[in-house]
Amino acid sequence: MKYRFTTSASALAIIASSAVPVSAQDYTRFGIEQDLPGTCSYAATDAKDYSGRTLNIITHAIPVIGEPTALHAEQFAELTGAEVNVVHVPFGDLFQRIMIPFQSEQNAYDVMFYPSLWIGDFSRFLAPVPEAYVNSTGMMDVTPSFTGVATWNGQMIQYPMDGDRHYLKFRTDVFDNADVQAKYLADTGNELTVPATWEEYNQVAAYFNASDWDGDGELNYGSAEVAKRDDLMFSAFISRAAPYAKHPDVQGGFFFDLETMEPLINTPGFVRGLELFIEAQASFPPGGTNFGLGDEIFSFGGGQTLMSYSWDDAYIQANQEDSRIRNMVAAAPLPGASEVWNRTTGAWDTFETPNRAPYMTWGWSSAVSSMSEEQEMGFDFLCFFSNEANAEHDMQIGRFGVNPYRNAHFDVDYWTGQGWADKTAQTYVTTLSEMEESQNRVFDLRVPGVSQFMSSMANGVAEAMAGQKTAQEALDDVAEEWSEITDRIGKDRLRDAYSNVVTLEDNEG
Amino acid sequence: MLSSKHFFLLPALLTLVAIILFPLLFTIRVSFSSWDVFQSGLDYIGVKNYGRVFADERFWQSLGRLSLLSLISVSLQYTLGFALALAVWKQVRGGRFLRVLFLIPMMTTPVVMSVIWRTVFHESLGPANDILGMFGIGAVPWLSSATGAFISVLIVEVWQWTPFMFLLLLAGLVSLPREPYLAAAIDGAGTWRTFWQVTFPLMAPITIGALIIRLIEASKIMDTVYVLTSGGPGTATETSSYYIYIRGLRDFQIGYSAALSLVYLVIMIVSLTVIAKLLLRLLVGKVG
Repeated sequence: MKYRFTTSASALAIIASSAVPVSAQDYTRFGIEQDLPGTCSYAATDAKDYSGRTLNIITHAIPVIGEPTALHAEQFAELTGAEVNVVHVPFGDLFQRIMIPFQSEQNAYDVMFYPSLWIGDFSRFLAPVPEAYVNSTGMMDVTPSFTGVATWNGQMIQYPMDGDRHYLKFRTDVFDNADVQAKYLADTGNELTVPATWEEYNQVAAYFNASDWDGDGELNYGSAEVAKRDDLMFSAFISRAAPYAKHPDVQGGFFFDLETMEPLINTPGFVRGLELFIEAQASFPPGGTNFGLGDEIFSFGGGQTLMSYSWDDAYIQANQEDSRIRNMVAAAPLPGASEVWNRTTGAWDTFETPNRAPYMTWGWSSAVSSMSEEQEMGFDFLCFFSNEANAEHDMQIGRFGVNPYRNAHFDVDYWTGQGWADKTAQTYVTTLSEMEESQNRVFDLRVPGVSQFMSSMANGVAEAMAGQKTAQEALDDVAEEWSEITDRIGKDRLRDAYSNVVTLEDNEG
Repeated sequence: MLSSKHFFLLPALLTLVAIILFPLLFTIRVSFSSWDVFQSGLDYIGVKNYGRVFADERFWQSLGRLSLLSLISVSLQYTLGFALALAVWKQVRGGRFLRVLFLIPMMTTPVVMSVIWRTVFHESLGPANDILGMFGIGAVPWLSSATGAFISVLIVEVWQWTPFMFLLLLAGLVSLPREPYLAAAIDGAGTWRTFWQVTFPLMAPITIGALIIRLIEASKIMDTVYVLTSGGPGTATETSSYYIYIRGLRDFQIGYSAALSLVYLVIMIVSLTVIAKLLLRLLVGKVG
């Protein structure tokens, strides 16, 4: 009863606050250019009073997500009078630091920031986002992909504040150079174009590998990829395997067959993706097989490599003011596949236009605990955290880890306003917004025990990359382990959870 | 009969129970449960987790790798530590400065040092390959080949923990009695003979202690592997403790990782006891 009252009161308050016009008050002391109109603007938040109340937040270590959390927590405390405690936890500890209090029914934290793919594990401990916040100005502008990522069994339980996906990044000073194009044509018999398939990607990477194509006296390399086993390498592998394994005409599961819950991870599409990943190692910079995300960002963002694919960080780094390759990079969709495994017919289907399977991977999210006694304040904080002015501010700072997730963020003028060249901004916005429109997207395996599945897959892929097993042997072992995990979790429980992912992938949401 | 004086033991006993017995008993209880990410609480599933441990090839491989790593690294640490301790044992110029210098690696934080070493071993940007290049040696795949990664972990371990061996052995050396050395000198024993016939046997008890302490510590290696290689390439540097960390804290298989930890603990207790007995027989028994 108390909860219902609080929620209703909160809803009334927030609806009322939606009508609050942008105050004439100056909020630039908080580091923003100006307060922007919206449900949880600075002015609207300033009108709230949480004096004498405490909000406990757990978040990632500084800087990624941790730094904006600390910044906005301090601002929220100043505006509302609340006491806001922020606990920063390294990534390796974050899951257990959230999960153990949940499992032991301790109300340790009101608000949590964590990777969105943990929704399958946390869903039963999270408070649904109240209708008033679902209808807030900021939320109404979140793209359908990231609204979907925040939704579980038809109910929004995560509060979107970041949008992540994998896409291709490449050097325009090489790809657009007429002399280089002519030489490439003469040497290979092929036009130099942005790779449309992973086979082409490997070929281009191999051609430009270990040569000084930027003329700075240092060797350059073909491709920088996240290949270190326990450092998000699983996402790189999924990006590579997706177009071979995600058939646009086959529904009902990418990682599992939703009906039988049999793993599909060792089917020919995934094996082909892994074989090409193994082949690509020859075009990595020295030590590239041990590159984590930070190394990949540094390698491509620092101008060492011709191409890369992962999240926005390397792209943002490459275009920072002090970057020597600023505005010499462009974005494109992830390469696709001309042959796609059709698991219903058990055969490869040929595609004249390469099949693309954009990977909406990972992304940070946030939520309020269902055990929290400060749910209203928790949601107000998240609404403030992601208000229009803060989101705009945070996206400009690469280390914050906040990337476009609202329609308003896909605006070329916004990025050219940051000093990006037209092509750099245009390809970035086009690539990201086209992923939103794709009907063949792949999402993370957002089910209970996702870490077990991904850890098993990363280990298998790493064994194959290191030559300890063939691609097929490694993925067969992964499939066997996935079946064991499935048996432990329970097929029905897993199917229920996985159906949420399939709903998004099959565009039924 | 309990008397008031027995109550003075209570704080120590309570501390013992709180920090040793309770966690151990709790871990044993957890190991018989299916506590996992989707199953909280202490149910009872019998010895299922232990059955999984014995069938878990990756765990046994990591244990084999750990044994090899520990034996090689501790042997190297002992040899180098002893050599350094002998070097500064006698009054040498700058001896005090050297002692402090030798101890610096041990006093640094392993995680921080591993990050620095990872930079040193960076194959295109790190100084290790640059230095080798000055001598005409080609780039070494420090972290991207199985052998290179294993050797890299070994180097960091030896670099970090040789000072500990040095410290213990130096303390042993300075506490040795002078008489056997006087007798050896009167008998006309040279430096080499004095070392093997006097110093080495007299240092045997300290040697055994130092080796066992280091073997215990080396068998827990985790942070270096975590930062430097994440157990890779493939599983080339995955040690037992890192594997248990993955199962427990990454995968959140609490019950299973408790079983892994206890099996690992029993293996360590048994094998270190056997090693201690063997060392006693080899070193002290020979003297006796």
